[in-house]
Amino acid sequence: MNVELWAHQLVNGLTIGGVYALVALGYTMVYGILLMINFAHGEVFMVGAYAGYFALSFLSAEAYARSHLLLALAFSFFAAMAASGLLAFLLERVAYRPLRRAPRLSPLISAIGASIFIQNGVMLLTGARMKTYPYVFPTGGFRWGVVSISYLRAFIIATSILLMLVLYLFVKHTKVGKAMRAVAEDHDAASLMGIDVNRIIAMTFFLGGVLAGAAGVMVGMLYTQIDHTMGFVPGIKAFTAAVLGGIGHIPGAMLGGFFLGLVETFAVQFLPAVYKDVVAFSLLILVLILRPTGLLGEVVARRA
Amino acid sequence: MLDVSLKKLTLDRRIQWALFAAALIMLPFGVGPYWTHVLGSVGLYIVLGLGLNIVVGLAGLLHLGYVAFYALGAYTYAFLASPWFGLSLSFWMLLPICALAAAVAGILLGIPALRTRGDYLAIITLGFGEIMRLLLNNLDPLTGGPKGILEINPPVLFGLAFNRPETFYYLVLTFVGLSTFLAKQLNASRIGRAWVAIREDEEAASAMGIDVVRYKLLALSIGCSFAGVGGALFASRQGAIFPGDFGLMVSINVLCLVIIGGMGSVPGVILGSAALVGLPEVLRALQQYRMLIFGALLVVMMIFRPEGFMPEARLRRRKT
Repeated sequence: MNVELWAHQLVNGLTIGGVYALVALGYTMVYGILLMINFAHGEVFMVGAYAGYFALSFLSAEAYARSHLLLALAFSFFAAMAASGLLAFLLERVAYRPLRRAPRLSPLISAIGASIFIQNGVMLLTGARMKTYPYVFPTGGFRWGVVSISYLRAFIIATSILLMLVLYLFVKHTKVGKAMRAVAEDHDAASLMGIDVNRIIAMTFFLGGVLAGAAGVMVGMLYTQIDHTMGFVPGIKAFTAAVLGGIGHIPGAMLGGFFLGLVETFAVQFLPAVYKDVVAFSLLILVLILRPTGLLGEVVARRA
Repeated sequence: MLDVSLKKLTLDRRIQWALFAAALIMLPFGVGPYWTHVLGSVGLYIVLGLGLNIVVGLAGLLHLGYVAFYALGAYTYAFLASPWFGLSLSFWMLLPICALAAAVAGILLGIPALRTRGDYLAIITLGFGEIMRLLLNNLDPLTGGPKGILEINPPVLFGLAFNRPETFYYLVLTFVGLSTFLAKQLNASRIGRAWVAIREDEEAASAMGIDVVRYKLLALSIGCSFAGVGGALFASRQGAIFPGDFGLMVSINVLCLVIIGGMGSVPGVILGSAALVGLPEVLRALQQYRMLIFGALLVVMMIFRPEGFMPEARLRRRKT
């Protein structure tokens, strides 16, 4: 395999890895706070892709989107992030909050139910046929030596890293971020310190949803075709990424996302492309069994 | 006096059962081939549900990859009873083989997977189910890929083939009877009590001297062997199987019927199968809303009635 191909696959791996990382952050933040797998998070991501699609189609004339590219992008990302954030917020309110003191299996089953509901709701509302994303990015790209990267991929990588950075600074340096860390540490103690735990949990879901919504638009633009079942596989993979990095650990989810993206992309060099998902799922099972604390070795509090 | 009335009661009970059995046997003559076919599917799902009920309902292990073992049973049967490998073994001989294959696979996945925490088990089994489906779809030389395996032999007994809706109905009815009996026996046995103890409080159960890992593996192997038998039944009825028959939705459907009926409860599984497989046929008009309603129902049930519509007797007692 020549250098050019390696560079090309590196770019591909980083692009999809950035998307996985954004979705993985939602899993990891929720797990960090509630010790719960938000099984419906893939659906939140899917709804983001749909909201972005409708926003871009609303600006319909692709000519408009091309002439005002930044405006069109900002609009579709805003729509997707708002829709996904809101959905994640509602999900917590309706499907998870009433079950907070229930046995461990109950929220997981409730999440499966919510997942089925959202998928079928979207299908009934928009029709079962695939939607094709309007193509707004100019073709062509940058080139440095052996590395060439399309504008779209460059944009996705840059935006995903930017969003992760914003989240990281938010959690690290704002008051709400501090409250989130406190709640993750100990609900009762945080509540005694005057933190509104319910509000912080809702906020966590909202933020996770916002990131997943952005990831949804990115995937829509990248693969150009979306349908109501598109959330399942990336959802599981993003969960894998979160586990790889050590679930509950924010920088871990980012690294895990990029790691999984790269592994998957390079695996295709040696195996037929159809085995990409087999590689990802096998990695998931192996990591869960052999190293459930993640590759970084972060010790996860075992409160359950 | 009391003795006599009790005897009378049991006699009544026996007459009731006899009438019920007679009604089940006569059913195909009353409803026609289409509904007999639907009833056959309901029966198939009862067998699957009773198996998953042991894993999820009794032992409390959330298993999301049940379809993998169903597929294993179906493909094992298809390999050995079709021109695919030039073998044509009899259904009755293959049945224990399919059950055993699924049980062994269940244990092989269970040994490493049980070391992890509860919700990780759910994700591992889910991943395993997906891997199985992807392999069935892509290992063309072995599984036929998307084109599937064709010309699978039906079960034959005394020259009678069990592949028409009516004959399959009786076959599946026999299996429903057998597995209900088996499930009830297990439920009431020492093993069943050990499972429930583990489900309720693993540490307490272990302190009482229950070998937790062994009993969990036992639950997985028995539960998966039901899926293996179900798979063989399915393949023998269809005559041709495809990877598309073994998607994640099968696992979810079986899980739903166990939960809706009432986890751990045998009558609950029967009710759940009838509701989940039979009702959509009744409500053809609502077909497209079916999954939407199921999704909402799962959430609502977890909030308001987590024990299901026909809860297990143990849970009923505890509530009052």
